[in-house]
Amino acid sequence: MLTTYIKSIGQYFIMIYETFRRMTKTSELRRLIVQELNDLIVSSLGIVVFISFFIGAVIAIQTALNFSNPFVPKSLIGFAARQSIILEFAPTFVSIIMAGKVGSYITSSIGTMRVSEQIDALEVMGINSLNYLVFPKIVAMCMFPFVIAISMFVGIIGAYFAGVFGGFLSADEFLAGLQEDFIPFQVFYAFLKSFIFAFILATIPSFHGYYMRGGSLEVGHAATTSFVWTSVIIIFTNYFITQLLLS
Amino acid sequence: MIKVKDLRKSFEDLEVLKGVDTEFEKGKTNLIIGQSGSGKTVFLKCLLGLFVPDSGIIEYNGRAYQNFSKSEKRDISKQMGMVFQGGALFDSMTVEENVMFPLKMLSNMNLEQMKSRVEEVLNRVNLVNTNKKLPSEISGGMQKRVSIARAIVNKPAFLFCDEPNSGLDPRTASVIDNLIQEITHENDITTVINTHDMNSVFEIGENIIYLENGVTAWQGNKDNIYKTDNQKVNDFVYASNLFQKVRIAQREGL
Repeated sequence: MLTTYIKSIGQYFIMIYETFRRMTKTSELRRLIVQELNDLIVSSLGIVVFISFFIGAVIAIQTALNFSNPFVPKSLIGFAARQSIILEFAPTFVSIIMAGKVGSYITSSIGTMRVSEQIDALEVMGINSLNYLVFPKIVAMCMFPFVIAISMFVGIIGAYFAGVFGGFLSADEFLAGLQEDFIPFQVFYAFLKSFIFAFILATIPSFHGYYMRGGSLEVGHAATTSFVWTSVIIIFTNYFITQLLLS
Repeated sequence: MIKVKDLRKSFEDLEVLKGVDTEFEKGKTNLIIGQSGSGKTVFLKCLLGLFVPDSGIIEYNGRAYQNFSKSEKRDISKQMGMVFQGGALFDSMTVEENVMFPLKMLSNMNLEQMKSRVEEVLNRVNLVNTNKKLPSEISGGMQKRVSIARAIVNKPAFLFCDEPNSGLDPRTASVIDNLIQEITHENDITTVINTHDMNSVFEIGENIIYLENGVTAWQGNKDNIYKTDNQKVNDFVYASNLFQKVRIAQREGL
C-alpha cells in the first residue's frame, strides 16, 4: 500500500517533468490553449457566479442572525462577509467545486483517450502526449485566479444584497464594514493560493486520467479517485500555505 | 526491413515474449498470427517503441533501435504509421482534421499542400464526401479507412496494423486487407499486420509469423501454410470446420 503511494508520487513528478519537455508545435499549442481556456475557465464561470452569489448571501444572513448583541456594530456583517469570502470561500471552496467540475472533465477526457488508444496514436506519431494533453491545461488554468477574483466580487455583491435588501443593515454600514481593517496582503495570499490550486487542479486529474488502465468503467472510477485526491491535496495545501503566510 | 533478434519482454512475473526471432520484409505484407495471449500485441508495441523490451535487438533498415540517439528514435517514429484496432481516431476532430493531424504536427507543409495531400490519401482509401464528418458519424469500415489514411499520409517507411479488420463484415474486411496490400506494394513499405483473421492469412499473407507462448513457432507464407506439417500451426489455422474442409479439398485436388 505505502509502496504504491510512494510509486504514484514519483510517477506524478516524472509526469510533470515530461510535460515540460519536447514541446508541441507552437501553432497547434496555441489552438489547444484557447480550446482549454474555453473548456476549463469560461465554461466554469456560470456555476462559479451562481454559487458565489448565494454563498455570499448566506454568509451575510448567518452572520447577521448570530449577532444578537446590540453593542456589536452591524458593519461587522460586511467585515465578516469580506473576510470569509476573500480568505477562504473564493480561493479554497471554489477550487474544491472546480475539482468536481473541471477535474472530472480532465480525468475522463484523458482517460477515454487512453482507453481508445488515442494516446498511443500520439506517441506512435512521435508526439509527446503529455505535453500535448497536459501542458495546455496547465497554461489555461493560469487564468484560474481571474475566476477567483470574479467569485470574490460576486460573493460580496451577494452578501450586500442579502444584508441590505434583507433589512439587516444599511448600505453605508455594509460598505464601512467592507473597508474596515483591510489588509491588502490577504488578497495577495488568496491569489497566491488560488494559483497553486490551479496547478493542482490541472495536474492531479491529468495524472489519474493518463495513467489509468482498463475500460470505460475504470474511467468513471478514475474520475472519482481524482476528485477525492484533488480535494484532499487542495485542503492540505491550504493548511500549509495558511500556516506559512498568515500565522 | 525489420529484423528482430531474441526479443524478450516481461510484466512483473509474467514473461510474455520469450525470445522472438524474425524478419519482416520490405514491400511485403508481413502477418503476425497466434492465439490470444501469445504476445502478438506486446510484440507489435515493442516494434512501435510503445514498450521497451527487456532484452533483444530490433533493427530498422539494418540499424539496432537500441543504438539510436533520442533524435534518431524520434525520426524513426516519424517514419512509422499505425492502424489501431479501434481506429484511435480523435473524436473531436473531423475526418479531414484527423488525417491532416500528422502533417500539421510533423511536416512543414502549408495549409494548401496539407489539404491537397489529405484529399489524395482519402481518395486512395476510397473515402469521398466524408471530410467534414466526425468519426462518430461514419461506419466502422470507414473509420478503419480513415485510420489507414492517417497512417499513410506522412508516407511512412513502416506500416503497422493491429487487427485492421476486426469487427468488420467479411466483404469490408477483404476490402481493407486488399487496400493495405496495395498500399504496401505501391509505396514499397514494410507492413506488419497483427491478425486473427484466417481470410487475411490466405489472401495477403506474403510473410507469416506464427507466435506461440511468446516465441516464433513457425514462419512462412500463404502458399506453404497449406502444406506445413507443423501441428501447432495446423491446429490454429484449421480450427474452423470451413478451413478444415478447404484443406481436405485442396489436398485431394478438388
